[in-house]
Amino acid sequence: MRAIVTVIGKDQVGIIAHVCALLSQQGVNVLDISQTILQEYFTMIMLVDASQARIPFAQLVKLLEEEGKAQGLVIHAQREDIFNAMHRI
Amino acid sequence: MPMFNSNEILDTIHMIDQQHLDVRTITMGVSLLDCCDPDPKAACGKIYEKIVRSAKDLVRTGEEIEAEFGIPIVNKRISVTPIALVAGASLTEDYTPFAVALDKARAETGVNFIGGFSALVQKGMTPADERLIRSIPAALSETELVCGSVNVGSTKAGINMDAVALMGRTIKDLAARTADAAGFGCAKLVVFCNAVEDNPFMAGAFHGVSEPDRVVNVGVSGPGVVYHALQSVKGAPFDVVAETVKKTAFRITRMGQLVAQEASRRLGVPFGIVDLSLAPTPAIGDSVARILEEMGLETCGTHGTTAALALLNDAVKKGGVMASSSVGGLSGAFIPVSEDEGMIAAASRGTLCLDKLEAMTCVCSVGLDMIAVPGDTSAETISAIIADEAAIGMVNSKTTAVRLIPAPGKKVGDMVEFGGLLGSAPVMPVHPESSADFVHRGGRIPAPMQSLKN
Repeated sequence: MRAIVTVIGKDQVGIIAHVCALLSQQGVNVLDISQTILQEYFTMIMLVDASQARIPFAQLVKLLEEEGKAQGLVIHAQREDIFNAMHRI
Repeated sequence: MPMFNSNEILDTIHMIDQQHLDVRTITMGVSLLDCCDPDPKAACGKIYEKIVRSAKDLVRTGEEIEAEFGIPIVNKRISVTPIALVAGASLTEDYTPFAVALDKARAETGVNFIGGFSALVQKGMTPADERLIRSIPAALSETELVCGSVNVGSTKAGINMDAVALMGRTIKDLAARTADAAGFGCAKLVVFCNAVEDNPFMAGAFHGVSEPDRVVNVGVSGPGVVYHALQSVKGAPFDVVAETVKKTAFRITRMGQLVAQEASRRLGVPFGIVDLSLAPTPAIGDSVARILEEMGLETCGTHGTTAALALLNDAVKKGGVMASSSVGGLSGAFIPVSEDEGMIAAASRGTLCLDKLEAMTCVCSVGLDMIAVPGDTSAETISAIIADEAAIGMVNSKTTAVRLIPAPGKKVGDMVEFGGLLGSAPVMPVHPESSADFVHRGGRIPAPMQSLKN
């Protein structure tokens, strides 16, 4: 199952490494990454494959959210379908 | 080139995080027609058992979808066959135990509301319909989250004025019985004209007799998203406004359709409809009134409000209809005063009055909704307000509804607090002149002509 992970927050050293480490620990494969700094805010979007994840997707969502909070980041993980549904005919 | 469009993804995230985008409700309709029994206790047992069996996974499934897709699903609800049709077979005068059974099933399944303590009496009342209506004050005051509705008119049948008169007295009685909570019981009761059978929104949801055994209906929301989109076209002509609303409604509805299909698949229950409604909440930035003001009105309720609402309501439908495989329910902009921050503000200032709200209901969904009126408003005046609203629905072939709260002990200018999504309502004035002789006539207002329309 493919999902979109978005990471938004104040820029700091090691955000990508931290998030990627979290994902790899849970068996989630990163397919694509786009990252920019928008008005001093770090904004990263990742397309991931969570079909081999070690934990249910809902738990992964929670884990990322909590880990993000601890770092002052807002991390969302959502199934890719919702973005396709809203923006593609 | 990345395999995704960053702007689209961030747009969606902002809509959810900052613009209150949500799915307002997943409502499972459950037919209770197979629960009739001459013994009322046995009937209530069957009702409880069938609802719990049908909807036991509804809340868990809703929460799973919410987590996986990252879209808030605010309510999970159940609607059932109008209870008058089910309880009619039972040898009993008091239908309150049926409401108690519904409330017990609601608590067991963990849903937010259960609707269907209802009767359809647009042409006439059966003894069961009358017993149900007479049970409403006890049933809705003695249960927690059971909603009721009565359909008193339709374009094909006209308006049942005996039922209209009875509903005025019923609302007063229900308000008196829930006086401690400022008449809160009345927030759970809707009087309809042209009620629809697949409405997922409360308090008026019931599961129509032409529906399948079980069905999943979804109500979307998103006034905040529309408001935000219109801020980017300030001063543009109305063609641009309409196009902007349409595009936004399309996106909102696509999300609702996705959630509806996913819920239907996971629950193994057929998908019914997506209801394309703009349902406000009392939260700042989630208001229908503020959308109208964004179109250039100093305040909601001033001249131009009805035209602005007409455009909004139509554009929401045009945008949404292509986004869903099946559209139904009420589908339009809601204007519940207590549930809309901008409406509350306009009503508190006195710029939004009952008469203007009535005019607005001619061009939108649904009617005079969540309006607090003085506690000493007579039953006849409430009936006359219902008759006016039903007439608008009857003549214009649309659903209209009345959900008034004659708040006991409150007078014009007082504030009535309901809490949560139901918000707070400033008590609004009604005309003091009597409509008693009009209401006491009873009988039926005949169905209107459907041609020679002018």
